Amino acid sequence: MSPTQLLLTLLLLTAGGFYIGRRQAFAVSSTKGGPKVLHSRPTYYGSLTALWCAVPALIVFSFWLAFESSVITDIMIAALPEDIRTLPADRLNLIVNDIRNLVSGNIVGGKISPAIQAAADHYRSMKATSHAALSVLVVALAIVAILGIRKVISPALRARNHVENVIKVLLIACSTLAIFTTIGIVLSVLYEAIRFFQIIPISEFLLGLEWSPQMAIRADQVGSSGAFGAIPVFLGTMLISAIAMCVAVPIGLMSAIYLSEYANKKFRSVAKPLLEILAGIPTVVYGFFAALIVAPFIRNMGANVGMDVSSESALAAGLVMGIMIIPFVSSLSDDVINAVPQSLRDGAYGLGSTQSETITKVVIPAALPGIVGGVLLAVSRAIGETMIVVMAAGLSANLTLNPLKTVTTVTVQIVTLLVGDQEFDSPKTLAAFALGLLLFIITLILNVIALVVVRKYREQYE
Amino acid sequence: MQMTAAEQTAEQAEADMKQEEATPEETVKKSGKRKLVAREERATVGEMAVENPRMSCRNVDVYYNFGEKKAINNISLDIGRNEVIAMIGPSGCGKSTFLRCLNRMNDTIEGCQVKGEISMDGKNIYDKDVDVVPLRAQVGMVFQKPNPFPKSIYENIAYGPKIHGLVQNRDETDELVENSLKRAGLWNEVKDRLDQPGTGLSGGQQQRLCIARTIAVNPEIILMDEPCSALDPIATAIIEDLIDELKQEYTIAIVTHSMQQASRVSQRTAYFHLGDLIEIGPTDQIFLNPLHQLTEDYITGRFG
Repeated sequence: MSPTQLLLTLLLLTAGGFYIGRRQAFAVSSTKGGPKVLHSRPTYYGSLTALWCAVPALIVFSFWLAFESSVITDIMIAALPEDIRTLPADRLNLIVNDIRNLVSGNIVGGKISPAIQAAADHYRSMKATSHAALSVLVVALAIVAILGIRKVISPALRARNHVENVIKVLLIACSTLAIFTTIGIVLSVLYEAIRFFQIIPISEFLLGLEWSPQMAIRADQVGSSGAFGAIPVFLGTMLISAIAMCVAVPIGLMSAIYLSEYANKKFRSVAKPLLEILAGIPTVVYGFFAALIVAPFIRNMGANVGMDVSSESALAAGLVMGIMIIPFVSSLSDDVINAVPQSLRDGAYGLGSTQSETITKVVIPAALPGIVGGVLLAVSRAIGETMIVVMAAGLSANLTLNPLKTVTTVTVQIVTLLVGDQEFDSPKTLAAFALGLLLFIITLILNVIALVVVRKYREQYE
Repeated sequence: MQMTAAEQTAEQAEADMKQEEATPEETVKKSGKRKLVAREERATVGEMAVENPRMSCRNVDVYYNFGEKKAINNISLDIGRNEVIAMIGPSGCGKSTFLRCLNRMNDTIEGCQVKGEISMDGKNIYDKDVDVVPLRAQVGMVFQKPNPFPKSIYENIAYGPKIHGLVQNRDETDELVENSLKRAGLWNEVKDRLDQPGTGLSGGQQQRLCIARTIAVNPEIILMDEPCSALDPIATAIIEDLIDELKQEYTIAIVTHSMQQASRVSQRTAYFHLGDLIEIGPTDQIFLNPLHQLTEDYITGRFG
């Protein structure tokens, strides 16, 4: 049986196991007064049987397939003729590849020697044997499990608890998956970043004022000295994020206040989803908008009043990014403001507060922690944004706070460093990982602050 | 003689016991002697008018959901000066709705319409030229669930006077906060922790904080919407004592589900039923000799 067929068989066996377990539960209880005497409901006995049938068999199946190829290859190499076996490792690898290709019926370069043909046949036969053995093993395991559990089933068996434990383990596995993925990402970035810091000192990276990630490939090349000071890049990120927040926070917060405190139900039910659509526009579309409309507009305006504005400016990117973030701020703030209990508003009105006094002195302070949390999430979003900046703010790393000049951001530099053909041992490429690591640390800190702030004040008004 | 709430409670309990001792036949005979207004009759029984009223309501109708649901039906009622008037009745009878008309809190509910005339000292508070903000400063409100602001105890009290400009500087504010807390009987318990959040107090303390907050803006009338329903009997007794004291200076309208509380704190009682004002009169009379069959049914616990 091929692995696919085997899996299908196992599925059938599992279904059968469920049915058999359930029937057995009814059978053992029928003489003692019906399903009521069972510890758990009959379905749980079925589920328990199915789980015992499927899980061990699947574990064997996956381990077998994971190690099958390397074990068979080892055996095959051991059986190769002496002259091939003693070849250097990389040549040997090529031959092994040839054999594998031959087995799977792909086109093989060069002539096929009888020895290799024989090895391929050997490989093929071993694979067939292995699959047959696996099939027998898995099916036998499943059937033994079904029969074993069937025997164990009695009214006193705590089937529900066993099944729930298994499900709990499954849930734990799912929830830790994301954590382990994060750890994996961090480790991979960290590893490359350390390689970068072995070439470029960490102090130069953190404190350097010039960013020009070009390395000379040949010794006599001109103008490619390479400078890896991260400050201009991070300053660009800060500048654009600051502009974006200046746009997004007031507009988002005020629209949230209007929607939650002033607007009637009808307007709210239309306006809120519309505002949230803004969050659904792909950032690359915002990028077009910024590069084709906003940036030229700002440049022309600047020209009209006699200012020198570059056609790609931090201001254009920041403004459009701010627009993009508005729904984050407004939607989160709106939810938080709505969560402030009506009794607080009543209390304020009952003392003769005006609506604006109620909002500014009672509702907003009560909702502030949530609003701060929402704003910090928006900041992380702004820092991580790439597409708008690539299109509207340019690529040159200027150390400037002038929003009318071209600047660049961390994410944009990462993209440009990794686009195209790269060698993975030059500092130019590795710099991307160092930038990524630093950016990750910064957004992580922001998120932690947001979480702490939100958690600290969350239940204050309850 | 000023009785404490605890003494009143004891007396009431004694009276209750006496009533229980009466045999069913005696009760029937007793109620048979008086001629009660029939259950079907919905016109207000009793004297609703008083001399020189502080607030006077005439033919008040209240609708919810833009007129779809009528919550209050043609109520006329006077509230006298320095009296405590209790409003009782089964849930959903409109007593809270009526109370919220008196300081126009119903304005904050979308689709709520008030018809008829409610006047304070002769001025209709629903006139177009009346601003609700000063009105609510004059007619303060204490709610069912204690709702201190998520601010410090000090700020909770100082909030109202500050927005109304009743205090000019820190010293005046300090004095007003201390006075208000003293009048609400909370000063001794919180004087050492004025900077701590008001939400950290116990339920009874929170409710007294809300009362202190209300009297800090120096209102003329205080509306209380079931102020003790979330409190234990001890906290309730303290607040009832407080109401007794406050009536020297303020007019108080209180909605309550506890008939004992109504009989303990009020001079006049109004009985509401399904949006109608069924009976209004001196508290003693309502509880001892009701004129309407529905009132008698309610206070004897036959329904509601």
